[in-house]
Amino acid sequence: MTKLDPVEALQAAFGDAIEDVSTFRGDTTVVVSAAKIADIGRYCLQSEGLEYNLLSDVTGIDYYPQEPRFAVAYHLYSLPHNRSLRLKVYLPGDDPVVPSVTPVWPTANWFEREIYDLLGVTFTDHPDLRRILMPEGWDGHPLRKDYPLGYETVQFSFNFDEVDRHKPYAKE
Amino acid sequence: MSVQEETVWQGDVEKLRGLVSDRALSGETMVLNMGPQHPSTHGVLRLLLELDGEDIVSCIPDIGFLHTGIEKNMEAKRYEQSITMTDRMDYLNPLGNNLAYCLAMEKLIELDVPPRAQVIRVLLAELTRINSHLVWLGTHALDIGAMSVFLYCFREREKILDIFEMVSGQRMMSTYFRPGGLWRDVPEEFEPAVRDFIDYFPAKVDDYEKLLSNNPIWLDRTQGIGFISAEDAIALGCTGPTLRGSGVNWDIRKALPYSGYEQFDFEVPLGVHGDVYDRYIIRIEEMRQSLRIVEQAIDNLPGGLFRSNNRKYVPPPRAELGHSMEAVIHHFKLWTEGFRPPKGEVYVRVESPRGELGCFLASDGSPRPWRVRFRTPSFVHLSALPHMAKGHLIADLVGIIGSVDIVLGDCDR
Repeated sequence: MTKLDPVEALQAAFGDAIEDVSTFRGDTTVVVSAAKIADIGRYCLQSEGLEYNLLSDVTGIDYYPQEPRFAVAYHLYSLPHNRSLRLKVYLPGDDPVVPSVTPVWPTANWFEREIYDLLGVTFTDHPDLRRILMPEGWDGHPLRKDYPLGYETVQFSFNFDEVDRHKPYAKE
Repeated sequence: MSVQEETVWQGDVEKLRGLVSDRALSGETMVLNMGPQHPSTHGVLRLLLELDGEDIVSCIPDIGFLHTGIEKNMEAKRYEQSITMTDRMDYLNPLGNNLAYCLAMEKLIELDVPPRAQVIRVLLAELTRINSHLVWLGTHALDIGAMSVFLYCFREREKILDIFEMVSGQRMMSTYFRPGGLWRDVPEEFEPAVRDFIDYFPAKVDDYEKLLSNNPIWLDRTQGIGFISAEDAIALGCTGPTLRGSGVNWDIRKALPYSGYEQFDFEVPLGVHGDVYDRYIIRIEEMRQSLRIVEQAIDNLPGGLFRSNNRKYVPPPRAELGHSMEAVIHHFKLWTEGFRPPKGEVYVRVESPRGELGCFLASDGSPRPWRVRFRTPSFVHLSALPHMAKGHLIADLVGIIGSVDIVLGDCDR
């Protein structure tokens, strides 16, 4: 079975769309241009010698206050060749939009919904982009760095009623 | 009767457009809610079912009821502080979650783990796998209608939980693995307890098989149900027993060994049909194989350190604090500030009882992780559930949910 070097193959096929290649602790990361991610994904899945058929994970990262603020990392794995690769795209903070890879790997569906829900990154061509973990009408995206962690005041016996009055739950 | 109870919920059918077939909008098929309090949904899973009679036309899982924001919370804590939270994700596989997180930290800071700790980690991770499969088998059989198996499984599970309590003080939320090794060494009674379990358990697995494997009702309820082909399973991201049930030989312990799994001799059971029955057979066989690993581990348990001696990342033992100034400094630094890993991003995968458990860790060089992400198998398998459920009877859905072995804590995090 032929086995291509993924970085060389991607650079030969996509040229300028491959923005950066780095290796850290044995993980190879290929930073690609956001607009091309679906094409590059399809190439990684279909071309002989690469065959990254299992999309292990898609995750979003918020680099606030840096710019470009958001990144989406795709962890690919190839069952025939037993190796993995990380693709990464960077997205601007004011308008984070990236093409969906759900048409390429159906498993990306829920991963992308989760990133949309928790980080507010929009995926174009996604078949069903709704919130998944947070309630439908939730305000904001909790995993963003400018979203406060939140806490609840501890109720002691001396201030139980006072704290209870401020608690945001439905009362009688 | 109060006003609320009298009011019939009309539902907003328009909201379902695109999710269910058009026949539901005209009222030809019925849209039914299952869960989140349904006992056979293994927690708080809500399914929206479109039914044509008893046949499932479409199934839409609704998750998030157990979302606790663990990933967000971990960003606010030091690396070592958040190990306790990983236990609470997949509460049937606490040590496996610890392992994924510790391996990610160790990969990030390039910390070596002594051989004794490696072997004890493997041993306990395999006991956790048996523990998880026992709960799965008990509840899965209960869902389908075999009541007695549940009690037998929980009887054996108690013995494993006793071993966990012995080593860590906790039955379930053990938080026993730490970066660089273990929290403390195993006690003296550990080895006899594990050996007792090795002698005791194989006959019990045979008993479960006697109760179920050739039981005609069990066969009727499981064979040919919830079929998923190998291609679909890969495309939908299925891993673990769900993938192997369709005949794909991929076990992370074999393909990408971690924690010294390459030193152990075990087989990876494979299915043929990709149905509920094959996934059941695989998990039964995995329990036997896990026990083989446990046996090899306890026979070849090396001596030596139970935790790395790298004082930049691992706190010194209490005894050293009395006579070594350096130990006091390290202790102070680690417990007030924590360690500072280099800037970078790592991803590790481990084979959890359910499938691939991935941990993505992004560090910005500060003592707190910039981003922690867990790729959990239950989440992915639930997204594949509609594919498996389509066309089956509503009664079979219960078996299909059981066969992919979901834990909602693992799914929602």
